[in-house]
Amino acid sequence: MTIGALAMIYIFILAIFTGVEVISRVPTVLHTPLMSGANAIHGIVLVGGIILLGTAGDNAVLIGLGVVAVILGTLNVVGGFVVTDRMLEMFKAKPKDKSAK
Amino acid sequence: MSDANPLLLPEACYLVASLLFIFGLKRLSSPRTARSGNMVAAVGMSLALLGTFLIPGMGHFGWILGAIVIGAIPGWLLAKRVKMTAMPQMVSLFNGMGGACALFISLGEWIRWLSETHFLGLQVEVVPGWGRALPILLGIIFGAVSFTGSIVAFGKLQGLITEKPLRWPGQKIINAAALAGIVIAACLGVQQSQMHLFWIVILAVLALALGVLQALPIGGADMPVVISVLNSCTGLAAALTGFSMRNMSMIIAGTLVGAAGSLLTLLMCQAMNRSLAKVIFGSFGLAPQGAAAAGGAGDKSMREVSANEAAIMMGYARKVIIVPGYGLAVAQGQHLVHELESLLEKRNVEVKYAIHPVAGRMPGHMNVLLAEADVPYTKLLDMEEINPEFDQADAALIIGANDVVNPAARLDAGSPIYGMPILNADRAKNIIVIKRGRGAGFAGIENGLFFDPKTRMLFGDAKNALQELITEVKAL
Repeated sequence: MTIGALAMIYIFILAIFTGVEVISRVPTVLHTPLMSGANAIHGIVLVGGIILLGTAGDNAVLIGLGVVAVILGTLNVVGGFVVTDRMLEMFKAKPKDKSAK
Repeated sequence: MSDANPLLLPEACYLVASLLFIFGLKRLSSPRTARSGNMVAAVGMSLALLGTFLIPGMGHFGWILGAIVIGAIPGWLLAKRVKMTAMPQMVSLFNGMGGACALFISLGEWIRWLSETHFLGLQVEVVPGWGRALPILLGIIFGAVSFTGSIVAFGKLQGLITEKPLRWPGQKIINAAALAGIVIAACLGVQQSQMHLFWIVILAVLALALGVLQALPIGGADMPVVISVLNSCTGLAAALTGFSMRNMSMIIAGTLVGAAGSLLTLLMCQAMNRSLAKVIFGSFGLAPQGAAAAGGAGDKSMREVSANEAAIMMGYARKVIIVPGYGLAVAQGQHLVHELESLLEKRNVEVKYAIHPVAGRMPGHMNVLLAEADVPYTKLLDMEEINPEFDQADAALIIGANDVVNPAARLDAGSPIYGMPILNADRAKNIIVIKRGRGAGFAGIENGLFFDPKTRMLFGDAKNALQELITEVKAL
């Protein structure tokens, strides 16, 4: 993965604006589910955990850290998405929503 | 760029995953599409994980899959079994896991870097490259603070640690010292090649301690803000880890969450009329003189009411506004309140719910709880919408809410909550308060509304009190 440092900084800055823009009109009702959903998305660290473990070679310390990281990351991802889904489950089947005020 | 080809597939997965994350977040911010938004994000996550497995040169697949299974089972069970009222602390717990994950990955990256500089026991040239060190160090710091901070927040909301803001002498000095220690350890770690790891471990320990020190003094009422701050912290930690691993999907997803989480934090602070700095560094429970004066409780007394009288007040009213608070959530009374509402509607009483932005323990938490009890959305009104209606309400039924209806926020400039937008329940013709005891609220502030001549107190657990009210209304 050969990405220049500058390109990463560009992407970082653009992602900040995207993140703010995308949720700027969220109604209060959805604050908690949104926080929970965002919580699940930062579970992307799991990708880092997998790469760390997958490229650990025979370094026992790295394998150990990698295993712990993958377990924790998976907890974050699975728990995050399931909790969010449970919260949002209750928002369905209500024909009228007042959010479009 | 001969090695570009084998990475094409993983990179394509990351690209699509990143788009799905943005799309998912977008959908998450509108009620009609929210659930599908979460699904979209989950698909994106699966795609990102799949792409990771396709990176050439990866090994230890047995370990990876085993660790995923070990993490997935408790994660799924916890998330499925947790009660709706305990959602905030569950989010905090999972957030802490993410932070810890970033911490361990960053430590691993540092160790990998070290091992690259040592060949056959000989130390090769060590370039104290801040460019490479910085994202790793910041990843450790943000991950560690987010980890211990979230665990403390979890403990506070779960009742394992006191919800009262803990104070000790020299708090700010100790925190500043820890922060200074982190900076020094970082400099030593990068400069002194021989002692690399030692200083980095010191740095991690200090950052872990800082997370605890920062979270302990914050009272339970401010926990939603803290969780939101830590949520964006973990997002940032994930992005930083992405920087050190040069992984696009991590940078994008982590930054998205970091930015969206920060905005969400600001929105919450706005709802509570608190500045973020005050929440993090301020002293909510530390205004005893103001608190004592607030509401001028002094010699006044509360007037009690029986369930029967309260039922009459509501049953013959034209309009009743229900103000649900955390007390209702703790008592699991949301289904009962819906039953009461239906009974009153049958008697042609107009019933509406007034939802304060921070009712419950997180913005939107009360909506989730009432939705669980099948209360129609159209009856749940925001503060701005409902406040003008209190003047016409014959009765306001306040269930386990306190600070959000405290007129001191409007009247008493000395009160710690002065300026916080509140529900104007005191403008209703009658006020019925269901409350467990005579104590002050979450923020520890006396509430003048309870001593108002129009107010009647119905003491008891929200669930029992509602049950009695329902029986009495049926008997009318």
